[in-house]
Amino acid sequence: MATDIIIHDQKDNVGVVVIEKITPKQDCKCWIMENDSSTTIQSVDEIPLGHKIAMADLKEGDTILKYGHDIGKVVKAIKKGEHVHVHNVKTKKW
Amino acid sequence: MEIPKSFLGYKRENGRSGTRNHVIILPVDDISNACAEAVANNIKGTIALPHSYGRLQFGADLELHFRTMIGTGSNPNVAAVIVIGIEPKWTKKIVDGIAKTGKPVEGFHIERTGDIGTVMKASKKAQEYVMWASEKQREECPISDLWISVKCGESDTTSGLAANPTVGNLMDKLEPLGVHLCFGETSELTGAEKVCATRGATKEASDKFMKTWSAYNDFILKEATDDLSESQPTAGNIAGGLTTIEEKAFGNFQKIGNCKFVDVLEPAEEPKKGKGLYFMDTSSAAAECVTLQAAAGFNIHLFPTGQGNIVGNPIEPVVKLTANPLTVKGMGEHIDCDVSKILSREMNMSQAGDKLIETTLKVANGRLTCAEALGHREFVMTKLYRSA
Repeated sequence: MATDIIIHDQKDNVGVVVIEKITPKQDCKCWIMENDSSTTIQSVDEIPLGHKIAMADLKEGDTILKYGHDIGKVVKAIKKGEHVHVHNVKTKKW
Repeated sequence: MEIPKSFLGYKRENGRSGTRNHVIILPVDDISNACAEAVANNIKGTIALPHSYGRLQFGADLELHFRTMIGTGSNPNVAAVIVIGIEPKWTKKIVDGIAKTGKPVEGFHIERTGDIGTVMKASKKAQEYVMWASEKQREECPISDLWISVKCGESDTTSGLAANPTVGNLMDKLEPLGVHLCFGETSELTGAEKVCATRGATKEASDKFMKTWSAYNDFILKEATDDLSESQPTAGNIAGGLTTIEEKAFGNFQKIGNCKFVDVLEPAEEPKKGKGLYFMDTSSAAAECVTLQAAAGFNIHLFPTGQGNIVGNPIEPVVKLTANPLTVKGMGEHIDCDVSKILSREMNMSQAGDKLIETTLKVANGRLTCAEALGHREFVMTKLYRSA
């Protein structure tokens, strides 16, 4: 039952940490809300509550999908399990 | 859960129902604040609504000022109104607008009398009003008399995961019961605008939404000096894990559940197409948005937060909910409804929606919100451009 990461949609390439923090090399349990399924991932970075983890390797120019939708572009390559935030992702809007 | 079919509210002369019974002292303009605050200090149980504008405004900006003033006085949470302005003409215009509801309202202008004489005259009338209003009793009102506005703030990823969908769940359950609902935050739908447009109940509503969003977005692009970093998303949003405006927008959008909006309202415009969900063109700043929604006649507000926004409103009770356990732990005095167990999966969305409905009805029946108990009365007028 314990869940470390929640993923909104099956298509998403990021998940959200829902415990106080995850530590490097932690084997995390993930829950996908859309279809009530489960998966696992091993973290690379320490990631605090509410912050995102990459569920796949992502290269510069790739699109980040959350809620099954485009929420921005990768500006610095990200490895699976790494922290995804303003240092490696930017808006496509403003 | 079986949803109660009624709540205990104050019935008003125009058929609307209030969740509160305020007597307000409403200044027309910035320079009348001192007088309004003196009256509210003299007469216990009244509240002054000081603000920063009302002089030399013109065109659409002036129209919005009048609409906000008249709408605030007309809100069913207000029993009676004292209007105080520097000049007689604009004061009278606001009094006449509020008088259409049938509630007691009287205006006073300061020019040729001064603050002290005006405070004396207005205080006598305010005392009469507040003692009259204090006799009003709560009566059973149908749940369809609830006009519920929503806005989120200091959002983080827990907002989009849990607190905002909890509001969406409440909307899905209450919409069929005939309530009025309103969401806004035009700029904070950026990135989700096309998905939002598909939620118009008619093609006309969808087109009107896209036109409204495009105009706001053009304005932001024109004024933007950089990538808006730390304005949208805010530094608080970023600390909470939100990375881009698009991510924030899709989280924001969860608040309307599966509802479709029947019309797009101007800021502070009263809905005219009957029950259901409305979109209002507003700024995404909390106090500005809630002030506009209250001026449109909404009588209870739901405010999901992630990192912990503390906003309140002088006339419309603001119910706060959060799913962030750190926010509950660190600043629980601001949280009316804790749905953090969604994240640990000890609570599902439907249970959270039910919990929020229970909290909302308690507040509609008279329970103070955290913001009311803590004295949050943020009344912030939206100004469209510089004065003449």
